Amino acid sequence: MDQSELRDWEARCIQEEPPACRAACPLHVDVRAFMEAMAAGKTAAARKVLERTMPLPGVLGRICDHPCEAACVRWDMGGALAVGALERFCVENAQAGPKPLVLPAKGKRAAVLGAGLAALTVAWDLARKGYGVAVHFREDAPGGWLCGLPESLLPPEVLAAEVAVLARMGVAFAAGQALSRDFLASARSDCDAVFVEYGAGAAPDRACGLCPASRADVDPVTLAMAEPGPFFGGWPGPDGAFSPMSCAADGRRAASGMDRAMSGASLTAARDKEGACPTRLVVRTTGVPAVPRTVPADPRTGFSPAEAAAEASRCLSCECLECVKVCAYLERYQGYPKTYARRFYNNAAIVKGHHQANRMINSCSLCGLCTEVCPESFSMADLCLTARRDMVERGRMPPSAFEFALTDMAESDSEACALAMPAPGAETCGNLFFPGCQLAGASPDTVGMVYAHLRDTLPGGVGIRLGCCGVPGRWAGREDLFAASMARFRADWERLGRPRVVAACATCLKTLVEAAPDIPAVSLWRVLAGETGLPEGAARAAAEKRTLAVHDPCASRHDPQSQAAVRDLLFRLGVTVLEPPLTGRFTECCGYGGLMWNADPDMAKTVAGRRAGSAPGDYAVSCAMCRDMLWRAGNRAVHLLDLIFPGKGALPGPEVSAPAGLSARRRNRAALRRDILAAVFGRKEEAMEERDGPVVDISPEVLALLEERRILDVDVRAVVARAEVTGERFLDKATGRYLAAARRGNVTFWVLYESRDGAFTVHDSYCHRMDVPGASQGPDARTDQRGEDHP
Amino acid sequence: MSMEPAYLPDPGEWTCGRCGGPLVQSKVEVTYLGSVFAVILPACPACGLTMVPKSLAEGKMAEVEALLEDK
Repeated sequence: MDQSELRDWEARCIQEEPPACRAACPLHVDVRAFMEAMAAGKTAAARKVLERTMPLPGVLGRICDHPCEAACVRWDMGGALAVGALERFCVENAQAGPKPLVLPAKGKRAAVLGAGLAALTVAWDLARKGYGVAVHFREDAPGGWLCGLPESLLPPEVLAAEVAVLARMGVAFAAGQALSRDFLASARSDCDAVFVEYGAGAAPDRACGLCPASRADVDPVTLAMAEPGPFFGGWPGPDGAFSPMSCAADGRRAASGMDRAMSGASLTAARDKEGACPTRLVVRTTGVPAVPRTVPADPRTGFSPAEAAAEASRCLSCECLECVKVCAYLERYQGYPKTYARRFYNNAAIVKGHHQANRMINSCSLCGLCTEVCPESFSMADLCLTARRDMVERGRMPPSAFEFALTDMAESDSEACALAMPAPGAETCGNLFFPGCQLAGASPDTVGMVYAHLRDTLPGGVGIRLGCCGVPGRWAGREDLFAASMARFRADWERLGRPRVVAACATCLKTLVEAAPDIPAVSLWRVLAGETGLPEGAARAAAEKRTLAVHDPCASRHDPQSQAAVRDLLFRLGVTVLEPPLTGRFTECCGYGGLMWNADPDMAKTVAGRRAGSAPGDYAVSCAMCRDMLWRAGNRAVHLLDLIFPGKGALPGPEVSAPAGLSARRRNRAALRRDILAAVFGRKEEAMEERDGPVVDISPEVLALLEERRILDVDVRAVVARAEVTGERFLDKATGRYLAAARRGNVTFWVLYESRDGAFTVHDSYCHRMDVPGASQGPDARTDQRGEDHP
Repeated sequence: MSMEPAYLPDPGEWTCGRCGGPLVQSKVEVTYLGSVFAVILPACPACGLTMVPKSLAEGKMAEVEALLEDK
């Protein structure tokens, strides 16, 4: 990612766009922060917020005509925030802060003709920037039309106090000046920049004085008629009245132009954010209750402190965060996509040091929900995948991040597990059943039943392909592995006569559709619902009427036809379907997607727990991994195929049978290949796992620990086999147990076991990746099938 | 990257399972991703077998592996 790509990514996240109120304010007062302080009763802090942006805050805070209120998102939910009244409350009740900081003198002078709000704003802004400013006016005291406001609205001492602040900032005031054309001409020759306020030098026949009569007479961006000035401002509205905000905005814009002119900068470049401007911020208010405006008990005195806090607390604190609201992963890292893009960019830029964002980059589930809810369709999946590929290309991918999954993928595609067969008795097939490696591992018997049903009912012959779609490679940033896996798939597909693929796994289907659009593919659910119908024996059981919540796999997000087919099948099975809050196009990931489960198991548990926790009931799922993850998170999720093909499943039914673990899934895949070959194609093959070393006894408790540590029974058996052959092991004389190690791929596995009468009982196992001389003996050819792991 | 220099076996009466001899705390150089650390681990001086106790593998060693992977 280069700088411009980063900026493109950042620009698509709108979280830092200003709220509507701030955008509508010509001075961009941070109304949201102001309201937050006011709601907390922190009036002094709120005044500081005003003072950050407002000129003459004591004056403007009292008379602001609050154009922000018309833009307030609360408008239709009880009425806009009373921003103007709260500003007034704030400046009346909080001490003024210290004199604004003034930059060191720049050695340039500006003349201001007129002393109304626009002129005083020019003086305020330029003095802060270090310019020498002299304010010239005809009257005895500065203020212009401000002096005509009712005392109750603007007490004269408040105006005097702000004028005194200006004087302390170095602004000179010259009263009683006859502001003639000659005066202007000499000011222009004596000073580096000149501002002329509407009405300065007014005559009975010319109320505007030296200023053009209308804003339309000047350049709307620079407020000048010609470069380099003079600059103008402070026009009244069409009704002849002066808008305080409009005058202050004129003053700010003119001062900005004068600053640019005096420092030799462009008068027009990058000024689109000055003044009231549009914002891209989107605030979804669904479900926000209406709260009416707070009405002061005594309208004459205005808000009491409690009333002011109550009114301010109606502020919605507008922000987007649509994606963060629906994603535990985005929430975890306490930022939002714009900041994450920057973090990823910085992470890639680190040459020496700690790459703090590695885990974050690697643990996004790539589920795409953020893109669906984002008003700008920001895709964290694309951002993370780009970063992962970049890490792989630069050799910066942490070796352990995805290794287990990639090894698992290689195993699925290995000779022992993979299979590609035509329709029995034929050379090709019209349909190719592709259960996917996870369903094959989790429910091999069901795969066999589905295949039989498809063969019985689908015309054109049905072949079968066991193996992986390659998506773990893509998720891991290993496009090479993905391409190789896809090439194997394509070769099989060509050889089998270019059949239509019937995919049981939503991820396999999505992967095929995206990577091989010329290969016709359809979900098993659409085939079952629309072509074959349910088999005899499907559990359309009135006796056990079920109500289940449907969980759409995240990979089916953009496949409404398959989602509808799943619901149709559930309906035909007699299941009453409930929809979780996030469903269909907005479904959530179970925690497996994108290999989140590999890169950050705790995050995956959180995600699965959240999905399980938001379920209105037990889930019906159509993905083997969803079932696995949700079941382990405490939801008695049932796979749709277990309802359609209940088989000889042990009572009390599929909901309570634990999903197959990692070791079992590996075994199941190999067994499925053998069983299909034998049962359907009449070919008997020797079981390969018999070569995996001695049979060991592992209790369910120990096995569960091993699975948490991503240690497989084949790893354990290889260690024991090696120890038994070489005698290389340690003995604990207190217990009679052995501790032995073997290096498999990039990992050294240790096993604590005992041997009794030729039987081996495993008590514990752990592993490490560091290479330790004397403890990292390489694999033994006789006992090891694992081979080299993928880095 | 600091690694405590010496690690004892986890509880037990550990001996070399091959020669039956006692284990001696011995210096070995462990490596990962190009980094080398000298540590003192229980080993059989006769057979050359080195023990990595579980407490080390799942503790400091895992921590340092993660640090090196993110370096």
